[in-house]
This record gives sequence, C-alpha cells and structure tokens, in this order.
Amino acid sequence: MIPLEHYLILGAVLFSLSVVGIFLNRKNLVILLMAIELMLLAVNMNFVAFSHYLGDAAGQVFVFFILTVAAAEAAIGLAILVVVFRNRRSINVEDLDTLKG
Amino acid sequence: MTFEMPNILPAVPEIFVFSMACVILIVDLFLSERRRIVSYLLAQATLIGAAILTFKLMVSEPVFTFSNMFVADRLADVLKLAIYAVTASVFVYSRDYLRTRGMYRGEYFVLGLFGVVGMMIIVSAGHFLTLYLGLELLALSLYAMVAFQRDSSQATEAAMKYFVLGAMASGMLLYGMSILYGVTGNLEIAAVRRALAGMDADNVMLIFGLVFVIVGIAFKLGAVPFHMWVPDVYHGAPTSVTLYIGTAPKLAAFALVIRLLIGGLENLAASWQDILVILAVLSMGVGNVIAIAQDNIKRMLAYSSISHMGFFLLGILSATPNGYSSAMFYVLIYAVMSLGSFGMIILLSRSGFEAERLEDFKGLNQRSPWYALLMLILMFSMAGVPPTVGFYAKLLVIQAVIGVGMVPLAIVAVLFAVIGAYYYLRIIKLMYFDEAEDKTPIVAGGDVRLLMGVNVMLLLAIMPWIGVIIDLCSQAIKQLS
Repeated sequence: MIPLEHYLILGAVLFSLSVVGIFLNRKNLVILLMAIELMLLAVNMNFVAFSHYLGDAAGQVFVFFILTVAAAEAAIGLAILVVVFRNRRSINVEDLDTLKG
Repeated sequence: MTFEMPNILPAVPEIFVFSMACVILIVDLFLSERRRIVSYLLAQATLIGAAILTFKLMVSEPVFTFSNMFVADRLADVLKLAIYAVTASVFVYSRDYLRTRGMYRGEYFVLGLFGVVGMMIIVSAGHFLTLYLGLELLALSLYAMVAFQRDSSQATEAAMKYFVLGAMASGMLLYGMSILYGVTGNLEIAAVRRALAGMDADNVMLIFGLVFVIVGIAFKLGAVPFHMWVPDVYHGAPTSVTLYIGTAPKLAAFALVIRLLIGGLENLAASWQDILVILAVLSMGVGNVIAIAQDNIKRMLAYSSISHMGFFLLGILSATPNGYSSAMFYVLIYAVMSLGSFGMIILLSRSGFEAERLEDFKGLNQRSPWYALLMLILMFSMAGVPPTVGFYAKLLVIQAVIGVGMVPLAIVAVLFAVIGAYYYLRIIKLMYFDEAEDKTPIVAGGDVRLLMGVNVMLLLAIMPWIGVIIDLCSQAIKQLS
C-alpha cells in the first residue's frame, strides 16, 4: 500500500507548481486559469488521500463540491477573459497594466 | 437507513433571499427599460422581508441544523441584519448612478442578492464546507459585478486581477483546510475545536495548515502583504460596485475570521497571534503611508480600507472575548463609514463625470455647505477624531490590545492613526480652503440625498447608544464558546 506521505508530497508539488505558474507566467492569461485549476486539484488530492486514510467519507464529499465550484469558477474566469480580449485585443498578462497596484 | 428531514427553520432567511433572487432574475427578463424599477423594488422588498424573517426567527441559544453544518446564533443574527441594512443602502445609492451610465440592468441587483446569500452562509457556517461554499458564492458574484461595465477596459482588467488573486486565496484557504482535516480528522468547526483541545499546539502539520488558512483569510480581508488587489479593484470597478465591495463583504470577512480562527482554531491562538501582529502592523503602516501619495479618492479609500483592516486585526489578535467584540464593533462602524464615503463619490458624480479625483472635492463648501459638512464628519470619523463614533471604534481595539499587555503595538497603532489623519484632513482642507474649479450644481435624486444625510447623521446620533451596541457585540461573542 502506498503510504499517505507520498500523496501529500504529490499534492504539495502540484500546489507549488500552480503557485509558481501564477507568479512566473507573464505571457498568457489562459495559463493563469489553468494554474488556478491545478491548485484546486492539488487540494482535492490532499482531501481524497486524507479521507481514505482516516476512513471518513466527508473529505470525498468535499471534493465533489470543490470540483463543482471549480467548474463555476472556470466559467466566470473565461467569461472575464473574453471581455478582456474584446476590450484590448490581447490576453497577454503584461498588457494588464493600466491600473498600478 | 432512514432519512431524517433536517430542521430548515433557521435557514429560512437564506432560502427566501435565494428564491427571490431567482424570481427577480426571471421577472427582469420581461421588463422594458422604463419599468426596470420593478426589479429594484423587488430587491429592496427581498432585503426587508429577509430582515423581518431574521428578526422573527431570532434565537436566544445557538441552534445547529443540517448535521451541524449551519448554525443560527446571536452573532449570525446581528451580522445578517447589518448586512441587509448595508446592502439596501448600497442599492439606493447605486440606482441613479447605474441609470445615468447605461448600466441599469436587473443583473446588478440579482448578483448583489446572490452575494448577500453567500455572506449569510459564511456568517452562519458551522462546517468548512458551508464556509467555503458561502465564500465562493460571494466571490463569484463579486467578480461578475466588477466586470459589469463590459466596455470599460479598466473595469475588465480589475475583474481579471480580482478573479486571479481571489481564486488563489480560495485555493490557499482550501489547502489549509485540507491539512487541518488531515490532522484533526474533522471538517465540522466545533469538532475541530474539540479535537484540537486534546492536541499539542506545536504540531508542525497544524502550524503548516494554519499558515495557509491565515494567508487565505488575509487575502480576503485585503491585509498587507496580500493587499495587491484592493486598490486596483476599488479604482477599476464602477463606483456603485466599489461601494458594494467596500462595505458588506467586510462584515462577512469578519464572520470568516470569527468562525474559522476563533470558533475552530482558538486553541492555536498563541501561534496565530504572532502572525496577525505582523499583518496588522504592516497593514496599518503600508495602508496609511501609501494612501498619502494617492490623487484618486477611490484608491485613497482603498488604502484607507487596508489600514482599517489592520486596526480591526488588533481586536482579533488580542485573543480575548473583549477584543473580539471590539473588532466586531469596529467592523460594523467601518461598514457605515465606508458606505458614506463611497456614497459621497456617487452623489457628487453625474452623467459623464466621475468625482473620483481629489481635485473634484475642491471648494465643495462653496457649492454645497451641507455636503461639505457631511464629508467633514465622515472624514473625521474615518480618522478617529473624538466626537465621532470612529474614535470609539479605534479606542476599543487599542484598549483590547493594551489589556493583554501589548503596549508597544498600541503605540505603533496610535502613531499610524496620526499619520493616517493627514490624508483625511487634506480632503477637508480642499473642501473648505480651496477655490472650486467646477461650479456645476450637484444633481442627485431625492432618495440618495436623504440616505446620505441619514447615513452620516447615524455616525453622530449613535453616540448615546454606543453602550447598547457594544453590549450586543459582547453578547454575540459570548455565545461562541
């Protein structure tokens, strides 16, 4: 049987990849949305692993809800992406600089 | 296996607002532009109805339902009533603004109501799942509202930034929740609290999870160093949406902190206290200092909101019931002040002109002494000048910090409050001592003018009843443990 640690390390690696993806990516907004999805999937990995090892189904139910919310979030994210493209004719991250934050 | 029908009575206000939002969405489809007022009135009626329901179902003892996922207690009732009142005022302020800018569509009110449902669920959450779902319902409505002005490249850019950072914050929060779930074996907030009571607080995994949860919360609150989205979103979004984002969701963010950090993780207080001290000092410092350099009043108020979140964290980090109730008082007062200040920007704007630069406030006293006076009271209250209620809010959180012996922190807080007074007073100087460049009379509907007066006068009229409100806050907090 694969020990719990392996799943947690995989979850942590996926999570770090997605955070790095958000901060290092300077080119494309779609990649940003993919990184966000990956982040939620990393969390799902954790929940499923813990749920299995604790013998408690609540964690797996939580995963279903996260998946559903992730779908809704992707829909809103892509909708915003479309209006951004209509206004600027570009989805380059570096072009989003009219507001200095 | 038998299926037991859960007691839905405590959740009736949520169900009512949610169904009404769906009804308004449908009704709005069949309305012509001229009869759009129907959706507005329905939205207001929904909030009034929800307030009546919440009032009728008010409980003296906490009630748990839906397998302890949902809790109705005094804290939830008080915060919900405040959320209805603030949102109803936001709708009143927004109606004219939206109409003159061609954004007068039913979706604004529908999304606003869905956001209210999200906030109500956060406020009543008894389980990580309900907390997360409430948070996402609120956040998704807000992303859509920021992008409401589809043809403005500023608004869509703000929406994109808000979406990416907000989604990342939810991801962080969830990752922290998953670790806490693994360590405690529970997702129910009260059960997590019981599990933690028998555990060593120095457990590395627990601290690891806690850090992620706090980062998620700090993003949602807009505390430094996770504040990057606040100025951009406040500036880029249409003012009526900024008004919404800057008021009611702050109450929900308070509920998030209370339910998660205090309801669930209070046994780790020694660990989160140190993290919150850093967040609070940085927020007060960065917020107040950078606000000085702004020439756009929406950006200035965004940095001011960051600094106010720092003060609010002072109450939380004292980790005493007294501190929590002073934080609650602070956030309630902040919501009213913020409502007034953004309302004033809306009131001074007119079709084709946004009163969002500081110069637009020049010589307001010559144009209208009454609104200059109201703005004066608002700014004094924000800065925390004694006769206003903002002073008591600051006093209480600083007292809470001194009560647990953190005197240096209290001194830092007072110093930053003094620095902050500069940019509030600068607006007063512009209004009273500078010559007006733009002498156009103020055009605003009667309802907006009336609400503005009531809103600001509330900050003064509340003074004799401050004791009552503080009692209400401490009662609400007392029920938690």
